Amino acid sequence: MTDRKIRVLVGKPGLDGHDRGAKTVATVLRDHGMEVIYTGLHQTPEMIAEVAAQEDVDVVGLSILSGAHMELFPRVRAELEQRGLGEVMLVGGGIIPPEDAAALEAQGYARLFGPGTPTEEIAEWIKARMGERLAAEGGGA
Amino acid sequence: MSSAADIVERLRAGERVAVARLISWAENGDARFAEALGSVFEDVGRGRRTGITGPPGAGKSTLTNELTGLQRAAGRTVGILAVDPSSPFSGGALLGDRIRMEERTSDPGVFIRSMASRGSHGGLARAAIDACDVMDAFGYEELLVETVGVGQAEFDVMEAVDTVVVVLCPGAGDGIQAMKAGLLEVADVLVVNKADVAGAERLLTDLEDAVALRRRAEGAWEPPVVACSAGRGEGVEGVWEAVEHHRRWLAEDGRLRARRARLRIAQVRGAVAEGLAARLWGSGGLTERARSLLEEGGTPYDVAADLLSAVSARVVEPEEVSGS
Repeated sequence: MTDRKIRVLVGKPGLDGHDRGAKTVATVLRDHGMEVIYTGLHQTPEMIAEVAAQEDVDVVGLSILSGAHMELFPRVRAELEQRGLGEVMLVGGGIIPPEDAAALEAQGYARLFGPGTPTEEIAEWIKARMGERLAAEGGGA
Repeated sequence: MSSAADIVERLRAGERVAVARLISWAENGDARFAEALGSVFEDVGRGRRTGITGPPGAGKSTLTNELTGLQRAAGRTVGILAVDPSSPFSGGALLGDRIRMEERTSDPGVFIRSMASRGSHGGLARAAIDACDVMDAFGYEELLVETVGVGQAEFDVMEAVDTVVVVLCPGAGDGIQAMKAGLLEVADVLVVNKADVAGAERLLTDLEDAVALRRRAEGAWEPPVVACSAGRGEGVEGVWEAVEHHRRWLAEDGRLRARRARLRIAQVRGAVAEGLAARLWGSGGLTERARSLLEEGGTPYDVAADLLSAVSARVVEPEEVSGS
């Protein structure tokens, strides 16, 4: 009897103090049947990766509105890899110019969602991608 | 895909991600969990298990965080399981207890796992004891289990831990609430949190009266009532002293052994009930027979009696079943 849920960490790295968007996305993901761990504000990349490890999440979603995304996203990625969590799907959102989004996606971020993305689209995208991954693993992880 | 043997090896090597993965397997009903548990079960039982329960907003996470701080100051490692409710509609959950324990994230002597209650309605999750067993096998010395915010009838925690701490706070009902059956009876330690808030003294007195009025068997444990303000870090030592006091009592006359044996029996009964329910009501199960009997005009109890006799005939005559 298996009961596999998608587990997602929603985190706010760095110094910006606005988490309304992160909370909105967290709520929408919950309403799509996911188990969402919300870390709160002002997280370092180390803290986010450590929480991802302890919580065994499938997806890490970062919200950054401060403009420090080119600095913070790669550091989170590196911290995850250092813990053997290179498989974890990374997504992000916030005020990220398209050229930066393209650069980050090229570095291994699965997907960056810009301002104005309908929240439903984010949830559906994660579900579809995780569905493919779980099917490839035969339903387990 | 990793095998159970791989993960057990990594657990023994001290890799925290192995703890996390094993807990996920337990939650997901992955068959590899039982195999892995079998390999490490001899290492389970050294950790001391304390449950923290109480209504929403009473301060369970804050108290858990403060108690963790005390343990760390004393040099003991801590494994925390924090359970939050799953949505009955979407099946999803928002797990936010970590926020109040954020300062522990960078401490290698603390492991925190958030868990959604999924189908359970008793204040814990089906895999809560499994998660404790995994953290215990890894070597965490103090295991703290925080339940969902409970009302008056969620008592699973009493069959999951050595010591149950019930956290209440002023402003959530009068003395009659405190005297009702239920939450008070499962408490080994009663905590009045937010002791700096108006009404705390009254609640303390009400609880002391309720404890004093309860009939209890000769030599039974009388739960102490302790006040604290976890958010200010005040009085938390007193809470832990009460837990330690209960432990000393448990250590006498084989009480701890008896309590843990009762816990495991409850766990076996739960697992059997779950397995039976899946077989009985799964595809090709009894649902169709129940439906047709109901359509013939039977009462729910007639139908249940019919199904029970059909099932128990097989249970009490196993040879016939295996021979058929």
